[in-house]
Amino acid sequence: MSKLIYLDNAATTQVYPEVVDAMKPFFTEYYGNPSAVYSFASEANKAVTGSREIIAKALGAKTEEIYFTGGGSESDNWALKATADAYGDKGKHIITTKIEHHAILHTAEYLEKKGFEVTYLDVDEDGVVRLDELKAAIRPDTILISVMTANNEIGTIQPIAEIGKIAKENGVLFHTDAVQAFGHIPINVDEMNIDMLSASGHKVNGPKGIGIMYIRKGIKINSFIHGGSQERSRRAGTHNVPGIVGYGKAIELATTNMEDRIKYETELRDYLIERVLKEIPHVRLNGHRTDRLPNNANFCFRFIEGESLLILLDQKGICGSSGSACTSGALDPSHVLLAIGLPHEIAHGSLRLTLSEKTTKEEIDYTVDELKKNIERLRKMSPLYEDFIKQAV
Amino acid sequence: MYSEKVMDHFNNPRNVGEIENASGVGTVGNAKCGDIMRMYLDIDDNETITEAKFKTFGCGAAVATSSMATELVKGKTVKEALEVTNKAVMEALDGLPPVKVHCSLLAEEAIHAALWDYSQKNNIEIEGLEKPVTDIGEKEEAPEEEY
Repeated sequence: MSKLIYLDNAATTQVYPEVVDAMKPFFTEYYGNPSAVYSFASEANKAVTGSREIIAKALGAKTEEIYFTGGGSESDNWALKATADAYGDKGKHIITTKIEHHAILHTAEYLEKKGFEVTYLDVDEDGVVRLDELKAAIRPDTILISVMTANNEIGTIQPIAEIGKIAKENGVLFHTDAVQAFGHIPINVDEMNIDMLSASGHKVNGPKGIGIMYIRKGIKINSFIHGGSQERSRRAGTHNVPGIVGYGKAIELATTNMEDRIKYETELRDYLIERVLKEIPHVRLNGHRTDRLPNNANFCFRFIEGESLLILLDQKGICGSSGSACTSGALDPSHVLLAIGLPHEIAHGSLRLTLSEKTTKEEIDYTVDELKKNIERLRKMSPLYEDFIKQAV
Repeated sequence: MYSEKVMDHFNNPRNVGEIENASGVGTVGNAKCGDIMRMYLDIDDNETITEAKFKTFGCGAAVATSSMATELVKGKTVKEALEVTNKAVMEALDGLPPVKVHCSLLAEEAIHAALWDYSQKNNIEIEGLEKPVTDIGEKEEAPEEEY
């Protein structure tokens, strides 16, 4: 492909060359198993510890509170299932939200089949959890609150510190899925009273197939993957040393320039949002206007369907994503867009564009210009638009 | 994901538009599911379809199947047009991904809906044509349950 404008950084990100360079020696040179006794393995062992320290520091956690996993979905599964397992005697009620990632929602539904009760909190029109509803949902048998730090589709950032405080005051454990947020916005597990946190390497310019779970000391959840005694006997399996090293390097890079990155991405995001809202008719911005991930923009264009827009954009070298049912093979559009109160036909016309610190203003200008052209083209063949125009006359 | 023919009909859809005072107009699908097709047909005194146009709200496959359906019925008699099935539309497009088969069902239904409108307007009965359903979902099998 000649031109590539990658605006799907919420799906995955480029692995930075510095990250690849850091990983390389652990494939060919220091390939020893970090659990081995001989000195040859000590480089690998040291590297794993080093990454753990970097990640712990970035979260304000203790090194031994970081557990490496196979990715965000594994961490989410672990948090919910193992908490249910360990604390099920205390109670069988879990609180989460309607806008979580499927790694949380489908796990919660699985636990419902196993006899747990789950409250799925509504969100407001911006996608924010209402704290009074959260408080009201807590019962004597509530064992866990799981609310994502920031939403993967609409980018809305939740009041995590307030939620953590409410959980603590009520003696309920608090887990947050920070897959979209960690490395992108500041998170501190102590200040925010987070007990468990899931995160993933490939969302922050690290490799795929590596994630972490932060588990506060004293929380008695058990192993989810059984086997060897790796990760303090809480997560079996030979360490993915190159992955762990790459993740550590990615977080080191992300935290070092976080302030600049947030500033740059936010400005560019706002420029994109302003141009789209001003220049394209019948559009709405999804998610909170300001309390949103620095790199996330999500729109609904009325009278058109998301997948056809994605195909047209792809032909112009632009990668985006949509919450339309057609893109997932499902009948319903995105559960997140429905949860913020959008009707189906509007939710089908959604487009998510997620930037990176390497996205340029020229790329955004080109994208908006193409959006205008292609949305007009699709509207011209839309019976919904035809009806709308006729009704207006 | 899509065949070259589907991409061609999506990129260069044939017969997009409206026909004023068309002999028959049919709209099928619903916005809830993300697909709406509207087909316009002009039919002459010999019951031959002289013109076909469409407008579609939907995914790439929905646009391509509508485009192909209009191509397939043009020049055919009403009776012949009834034989343009979803399978015929799919075959003409060199196939569709399994999750998109419903788009071809919608295209078949759009033809039937336009013919039904024509038959009602002219107070005639077309053999083999039943009142079309507007929501194609009724015809589809329920999706498989997860795990």
